[in-house]
Amino acid sequence: MSTTTNLKEELIAAVYREARLLDEGRFDEWRDQLTADAHYWVPADPADTDPLRQPALIYEDRLLLDVRIERLNDPRAHSLQPRVRCLHVLQQPEVLALNEAEGSAEIEVRYVYLETQGDRQVVLGAVARQTWLRQNDSWRLQRKRVDLLNVDAPLPMVQLLP
Amino acid sequence: MNVSYRNDPARLAGLVQPGRIHRDAYINPEIFDLEMERLWSRSWLFVGPADIVPNPGDYWRTTLAGQSVFMMRQTDGKVAVFMNRCAHKGAEVVLDTQGNVGKLIRCPYHAWNYRLDGSLLSLPLKNDYEGSGVWESPAGQGLAQPGAVREYRGLVFARLSPEGDDFETYFGEVLAILDLVADRSPEGRLELTGRPLRSEIRCNWKMYLENVNDSVHPISAHESAANSAKVVAGRMAEGAEKELAMEQLLPFGAGYTFYTKMGAKLLANGHSIHGTHFSIHSGYAAIEGYEDMLIAAHGEARAREVLSFSPQNTILYPSMAIKANPSVVRVLRPVAVDRMVLEAWALAPVGAPDILRKQAVNYSRLVFSPLSVVAHDDLRLFESAQEGLHTQGNDWISLHRGLSGDADPELPHEIEDGNDEIMMRNQYRAWAQGMAPAGEKA
Repeated sequence: MSTTTNLKEELIAAVYREARLLDEGRFDEWRDQLTADAHYWVPADPADTDPLRQPALIYEDRLLLDVRIERLNDPRAHSLQPRVRCLHVLQQPEVLALNEAEGSAEIEVRYVYLETQGDRQVVLGAVARQTWLRQNDSWRLQRKRVDLLNVDAPLPMVQLLP
Repeated sequence: MNVSYRNDPARLAGLVQPGRIHRDAYINPEIFDLEMERLWSRSWLFVGPADIVPNPGDYWRTTLAGQSVFMMRQTDGKVAVFMNRCAHKGAEVVLDTQGNVGKLIRCPYHAWNYRLDGSLLSLPLKNDYEGSGVWESPAGQGLAQPGAVREYRGLVFARLSPEGDDFETYFGEVLAILDLVADRSPEGRLELTGRPLRSEIRCNWKMYLENVNDSVHPISAHESAANSAKVVAGRMAEGAEKELAMEQLLPFGAGYTFYTKMGAKLLANGHSIHGTHFSIHSGYAAIEGYEDMLIAAHGEARAREVLSFSPQNTILYPSMAIKANPSVVRVLRPVAVDRMVLEAWALAPVGAPDILRKQAVNYSRLVFSPLSVVAHDDLRLFESAQEGLHTQGNDWISLHRGLSGDADPELPHEIEDGNDEIMMRNQYRAWAQGMAPAGEKA
């Protein structure tokens, strides 16, 4: 039986790990830490509440994330040449809520996202709200909403997951 | 670059030749300046959907031919468009993207106040202007406005130049296409679903617009996205509910032959309808109850006409491309010779089943977001072509496919083979006309 302290420590470690898996291009492992009903959402407007009825920059379920990862792993995908790499520079994640009985948690994490390809680099500031669920003795990501700081600007192509 | 195209009309006209376009059209900054000054200023351009400014004093700020403008709802319900420049010293009078000015437009710099119709209402220290001539000068005339403005089916268009074709003449048959798109709503109008998705693309605007008429690129350019969707769809359990995303992604894998019978119609002024017979959007599942709803609203003949119309794209040259189903509007905002902003507006047919709204929202995100995998396929290539055109050894891009016989057929002109580059050549026919010096039509 995990103690509250352990649960929190494991949760924070899971948040850092999720970002690290993207940064290191370990997309299959990244997918494995999602719940089956996971969603990744990058709204086009901070006020948006309904990603199915309002246009979003990204709103992907497991199926669409599978398509994305399939393509990221495809060496023939020309847009990924030269290689695209990213870095999430996270602040200390904040546990907004932790329900031990249900095994669920809400996290807020602020970060700088860097994405680079060849001689070009994109820098984005972001705040992510994440819902994590405890499944089979480990934390899994169920929902991630990423609000980009400069969402009002037209964005260059961003090919990995900010 | 020492050669001036401005002072050499023959040289400018020589950029467009049968089956080929000189690379200066894409990479020469002087050409871009002339495009904005001539072609774009004399064309009818899309400003925005009228319902983004529902109440008097509401404004939406954007650019037309690279110039800051805003549209604003008037007290009489009409939408006016203003050049966003104070008559005094040029400061932009509205600074936010969207908002409401209240009862008057107040320049934040020296408090010159304008009525909602743009006329000058008041300014500080008025007595100091006595005998100055300001009231007879442009400064005394209030906010400048485009040469002409027109709202059609809830979409606002403007022509910057006081001279040029009137709205109906300029768009011609294309207006019937806007009618068909709007009539996908039982009430005959489209509504906003949210702000447009905007991409900054480091390419010339024409490269983007040509690609809208290009049905040959998907099989190679979108190979990775289409294949990934196919692989994932293959893993799905048989009999699983058909996913909207897959329904929209899988047709990107259609082969060359698919498009050869698609049909297209070329219109004057660079406009075109691509996919007059069918398109990758024709195979979407029927929506329960929708047909009956449209029959009740528009009558059987019109309802069938609306539902059977599902082309790949309709181009409203030079600023806009529309899809009927899903109802997504793309707008080009040129920034520089090698930079443009794309806006993708998902519009929803009012009163139609909610799934139509979801289809438009889903498609705009899946295909036109700067974070979409399909868009990455395109944008990477546009930006790389923009670079590639700076290399020497060949000064021309080729638009020869399908060229034989009459290079400039009488318009409108219908064709069968959707892969024919004649639609792009038709864009350049309008381009050459629009680039002629003032008062001339090539």
